[in-house]
Amino acid sequence: MTPDASGADAVIDAVTAVFLVAGALMSLAAAVGLLRFPDLMSRMHAATKPQVLGLFLLLAAIGLQMRSWWVWPVLVVAWIFQLLTVPVSAHMVGRSGYRTKHGHRELLAADELEAVVLKAAGERAEEKAAGLRTNRSPG
Amino acid sequence: MKDLVLIITAVILSLAAAGAIIRIAVGPSLLDRVLASDVLLAILGAALAIDMAVNRHLNNLMLLVALTVIGFIGSVTVARFVADRREQPHDS
Repeated sequence: MTPDASGADAVIDAVTAVFLVAGALMSLAAAVGLLRFPDLMSRMHAATKPQVLGLFLLLAAIGLQMRSWWVWPVLVVAWIFQLLTVPVSAHMVGRSGYRTKHGHRELLAADELEAVVLKAAGERAEEKAAGLRTNRSPG
Repeated sequence: MKDLVLIITAVILSLAAAGAIIRIAVGPSLLDRVLASDVLLAILGAALAIDMAVNRHLNNLMLLVALTVIGFIGSVTVARFVADRREQPHDS
């Protein structure tokens, strides 16, 4: 940041300051959510805030401060990389959290995965029974 | 202005890191701890990004990307491990 900014510099510095503080507040929101939410799934909801929106605000602040166009593609690449990896890891954590029964079932409004899991389990049991009858492995 | 922003963000990020560390310490299950350490990693990345923005350099940008990869590999590996360990009694 420029020490004695005036004109456009002052405006850019003010926007940068707002972005930085807002991006830091996202981390605080995630920490508060981690501490106060009851189960794994709702904590996962809170945990995504600094990873996506917080990082976006902070990278935008960097782009504003560097005052050159060539940094923007680099920052976009860094952000898109985060956007690609965060859903995958969240999916894995949520999947194993559901399977090992970490969630509070009574807090859910709807559990659409349960029907799918039951159906898959039933099909697997049928296949196993058929395999035992004909004495060969299915498929 | 520069010092003010630095102090405010430092306080906020310290509080956030303290909250994440508390969740790592008391978290009832392994997955809660994985999630909290992911958040801690994001807070670390936020600190690096704020340093870059305030002091106008790009030295940490590659470190930021590497941090993303580390968090991704870490949480996917641990999630896989937990799923494997608990599923086996059901299958047999």
